[in-house]
Amino acid sequence: MTLKVALAKRLGSFLLDVDFELPTPGVAALFGPSGCGKSTTINIIAGLLAADRGEVALDGTVLLDSRRQIDIAAERRRIGYVFQDARLFPHLSVAGNLGYAQRRARAAPYVSLDQVIGLLDIAPLTRRRVHQLSGGERQRVAIARALLSQPRLLLLDEPLAALDWARREEILPYLETLRDRLSIPMIYVSHQFSEVSRLATHIVLMQAGRVVEQGDIGRMSVSPKLRAMVGPEEIGAVIDGAVIDHDASSGLTRVRVGDGEIRVQSAGLGQGERLRVHLLARDVIVSTQPAQHLSVRNQLCGVVSAVDDDGASADLVSIDIGSGASILARVTKAATRELELRAGQRAWALIKSVSLRSHSFPRRARPLEHSR
Amino acid sequence: MMGLTHGESEALLLSLSVAWRSLLISLPPAVGFAWLLTRRRFVGRTLLDALVHLPIVLPPVAVGYVLLLLFGTRGFIGAWLEHWFGIVLVFTRNGAALATAVMTFPVMVRAIRISLENVDRGLEDAARTLGAHPLDRFATITVPLMLPGLLAGAIMAFSAALGEFGAVITFVSNIPGQTRTLPLALYSALQEPGGEHSAARLAVLSVLLGLTGLLLSEWFARRVRRLLGR
Repeated sequence: MTLKVALAKRLGSFLLDVDFELPTPGVAALFGPSGCGKSTTINIIAGLLAADRGEVALDGTVLLDSRRQIDIAAERRRIGYVFQDARLFPHLSVAGNLGYAQRRARAAPYVSLDQVIGLLDIAPLTRRRVHQLSGGERQRVAIARALLSQPRLLLLDEPLAALDWARREEILPYLETLRDRLSIPMIYVSHQFSEVSRLATHIVLMQAGRVVEQGDIGRMSVSPKLRAMVGPEEIGAVIDGAVIDHDASSGLTRVRVGDGEIRVQSAGLGQGERLRVHLLARDVIVSTQPAQHLSVRNQLCGVVSAVDDDGASADLVSIDIGSGASILARVTKAATRELELRAGQRAWALIKSVSLRSHSFPRRARPLEHSR
Repeated sequence: MMGLTHGESEALLLSLSVAWRSLLISLPPAVGFAWLLTRRRFVGRTLLDALVHLPIVLPPVAVGYVLLLLFGTRGFIGAWLEHWFGIVLVFTRNGAALATAVMTFPVMVRAIRISLENVDRGLEDAARTLGAHPLDRFATITVPLMLPGLLAGAIMAFSAALGEFGAVITFVSNIPGQTRTLPLALYSALQEPGGEHSAARLAVLSVLLGLTGLLLSEWFARRVRRLLGR
């Protein structure tokens, strides 16, 4: 099942010309700098903006095809939209807003009111008026409202951009829950890689109205084209690992990553469960020999596939760790020279800390340097 | 009633009745025109805007005369109305209401336009993505959000309607019990010898009514705004 999008639109001197195909269900991030056409793209997908020409088809249903003169009205597309500014109706209560969507749903419900209220934890808010909600609460209600219209696709336009850091941390776990519990396809517009690395299964990289590159999150997270848009502090491989086992006495969970494995401090995950890890390039050390006598416990063996300048006077070393997975390590230019790092060379990546990106563990896991 | 003579209280009640009818006549087209002028871009929009505002700059007597030409028993529309519906407007209360409606129309359209411009189009888009069709969006989102301005405008137009003189007297004349509204009664009192006391009472009454309307309109707008949390 796929979402196929091919659009062109001219807005003054700006030309949007995008073409991508996404697997559904899944969370696709439209990622790129402000003004690159991300919002315009999803507004056309939603039907709120007319394209000059284009095609939008979701799982075989054609929503827009300018050549065949098909253009389903926005209100009939069954596409949910969560706006950056929530856009709750101020003359209705929270319950009134939810009911508004529920009454107009154009399909048999696949999520009930109770389910949605539970998923987003908004039971205590339903009787409030909209202006009595905090920014984070507003956004949760807006997500709930969009879901209650029983959409077949959910668009989220930088839903966290207007919130401060603490509020973002409050909302992100809910979005992860939606991704994991409802199999509704989502397109998530963002220019924050920290959000994308947690939510997305797929990235469409955009710049100046065009798609630069697209692919699944693992491959895209190490793509050289992404580096230009993600700062050196945030760049790093995102890998969906599988849990091997959990040792209750030490609290450590073994996770398969590429052909190797790492141990992370985490609980509550059973064998085979997926656990997303973000291995920041600045937290990875490269050795040309297996490292011993070190406090760092997580070590992955692989083959160097590329060494590139990272644009901030250091080098980024890509290491293929097998099974199609790669990780990035940031090393100084002097180290590259002295270790004679180059493609094809065997290398060991030592991981100082692991950022867990699972819905049950939204925060950064403790580094393992001092454990036993 | 409150020390008023029969003729005076009759004029008061008639004024209220005429103003109320005029409101009912002008409100729906005022909303329609306000919508057209705010939301649609079309050829002749500026001309339409000017036409709507014409009663402000025309002498009211001229408006009354034009109405007489159009809606008189031999007038183009008037003859048609009488033939098909048996509706006669000249020299009647409904005629007075029509003249008043035309005169207060610009005030109404203006108030509704301002409130329509203040409605966040983004909320209408949000309703769209939730499956609301155009009429549904208008009724459930646009109208409730413009309600403060709509009500304030209506109260204002009502108050202005109470005082309409020139167009009324030209179109429907000055018939006691039929078309003699407050300002017409005031004018008549001034024409009669010894009518100064009556004129003074009617003038005070007009001031009180106008003031009440203005205050009510402001109070209403504030109350609804608070309800919307703005």
